[in-house]
Amino acid sequence: MIDGFLALYIFMLAAFTGKEIIGRVPVILHTPLMSGSNFVHGIVLVGAMIALAEATTPLGIAIGFVGVILGAGNAAGGYVVTERMLEMFKSSKGEKKA
Amino acid sequence: MSAMDTPTLLVTLAKASYLLAAALFILGIKRMSSPVTARAGIKWAGVGMVIATLATFAITGAHNVGWIVAGIAIGVIPTWLWGKKVAMTDMPQMVALFNGMGGGSAAAIGAGELLKYTHAGVAAPPLATLALAVIGALIGSISMTGSIIAWAKLDGRMDKRFTFGGQQFFNFAVFVAAVLAGLALVFWKLDASLVVVFFLLALAFGVLMTLPIGGADMPVVISLYNAFTGLAVAFEGYAMGIPSLIVAGMVVGAAGTYLTQLMAKAMNRPISGVLFSNFGGGGEGTAIAGSQKPIEAADAASLLYMADKVVIVPGYGMAVAQAQHKIWELSQALIKAGKEVKFAIHPVAGRMPGHMNVLLAEAGVPYDLIADMDDINPEFKTTDVAIVIGANDVVNPAAKTDKASPIFGMPILDVVDAKQVIVIKRGKGTGFAGIENALFYADNTRMLYADGKDAANQLISELKAVEGGGGH
Repeated sequence: MIDGFLALYIFMLAAFTGKEIIGRVPVILHTPLMSGSNFVHGIVLVGAMIALAEATTPLGIAIGFVGVILGAGNAAGGYVVTERMLEMFKSSKGEKKA
Repeated sequence: MSAMDTPTLLVTLAKASYLLAAALFILGIKRMSSPVTARAGIKWAGVGMVIATLATFAITGAHNVGWIVAGIAIGVIPTWLWGKKVAMTDMPQMVALFNGMGGGSAAAIGAGELLKYTHAGVAAPPLATLALAVIGALIGSISMTGSIIAWAKLDGRMDKRFTFGGQQFFNFAVFVAAVLAGLALVFWKLDASLVVVFFLLALAFGVLMTLPIGGADMPVVISLYNAFTGLAVAFEGYAMGIPSLIVAGMVVGAAGTYLTQLMAKAMNRPISGVLFSNFGGGGEGTAIAGSQKPIEAADAASLLYMADKVVIVPGYGMAVAQAQHKIWELSQALIKAGKEVKFAIHPVAGRMPGHMNVLLAEAGVPYDLIADMDDINPEFKTTDVAIVIGANDVVNPAAKTDKASPIFGMPILDVVDAKQVIVIKRGKGTGFAGIENALFYADNTRMLYADGKDAANQLISELKAVEGGGGH
């Protein structure tokens, strides 16, 4: 278990990090960035996997199972969609440089 | 927590992998916020996700491993295939849907934790653990059902908005009831039926909160729910004692909140206004005098032929018609004829900020032809012809002149300042926000009623005809 105040520090530092790292994002990347951050919270899959592994009752397994399906969907779908959006920036940038 | 506390070498390695994954997520998001490194960014984050997922098997061991593998397969395969083949225009609702799944997963973790504690003989968890599990479950549930409604609206599966008398009061009451149920779980009694009531209220509130919000505000709402899911993941991460969930969730929560503010600012609408003022559901605005004046493609092509400077204003209609490639072809023809061509992008054109940029990039339009609102607005006065294709609310001058209009105060593209405006539109209907557009009735505006792709095709061939006849 994580100590209460230590956890608060983690929360705080992560929050500042989140705001700072996207500080100067241009408008053209708003949609891909939203999609990309949508992918990153797909890490919830890890939590759902552990919850399912620890489940002992049928109801607990059912809930954990649903959690794993949804978390895996978030991660997989978020990745594909983001990659496809960003793929387009390559071709356009290539043309501009050429 | 028993599995997590087993200090074997494998578990230590797994925890180190989580640390690595969290670092990759942060570096990945950082890279995704710059055009040069964006494509590498998602790959870094993807590597982090794979590492974290594989490492988790070291922690879970053989417990329910069949269920886990089956769940991952069921979750990954259809979404992967769907995400691969879905049209670019449908991306915003896909983001909403996948975000809703993440929120649902966090809510499921919360439900599992809470129900576990209701069993007789299970020691009550520390207050902070219980409180964050409840808050995470509340936010995750709202994000899940809210995102599903947002998806249904954007995907055209649902009426644009749904309002009834006393709605705000009713929604507030449901929210208060959900919070009270959550407080009761934390401070009074961990009871299974109370857990069920709590979740039903939270899920219902997500639906109720999103129903009255009009389509034009949907980008802000999706971004907000994205931040919500991040927070829910962080809180459930605390409840389960997994720091990588806290870090990744919190980073997304903060980045998402900041992104939401940027979008709301671009629309000149405070986030509270988006959530509580039923955009587009209020007044109809002042009625507009005059009529819409149609134009044929041949005449529109002549106007273009005589113009020196042409500005193209794309909107969601261009996306629906899949007209971006044809529009770029038309632009290339105009550039070849020696005309200055620019694309003007409103910050919230389409269904998400940057949506139009993605589509134009797909069609091969170079960045330097694409201008943001602040850069292009002073230029409309010197523009000979502005072509509006599928944009509506973002070019409506009523936002500046009509105080009764629901979009009054929203920054717009000053297309009406151009010498001549050609609006390509399928019919006379109102835009996504359901508001009449004064631009369409302006003296210098001509309406070219056609599908976006057909219109661009006609303009290309008519332009060739004019050029041929003009002796060039």
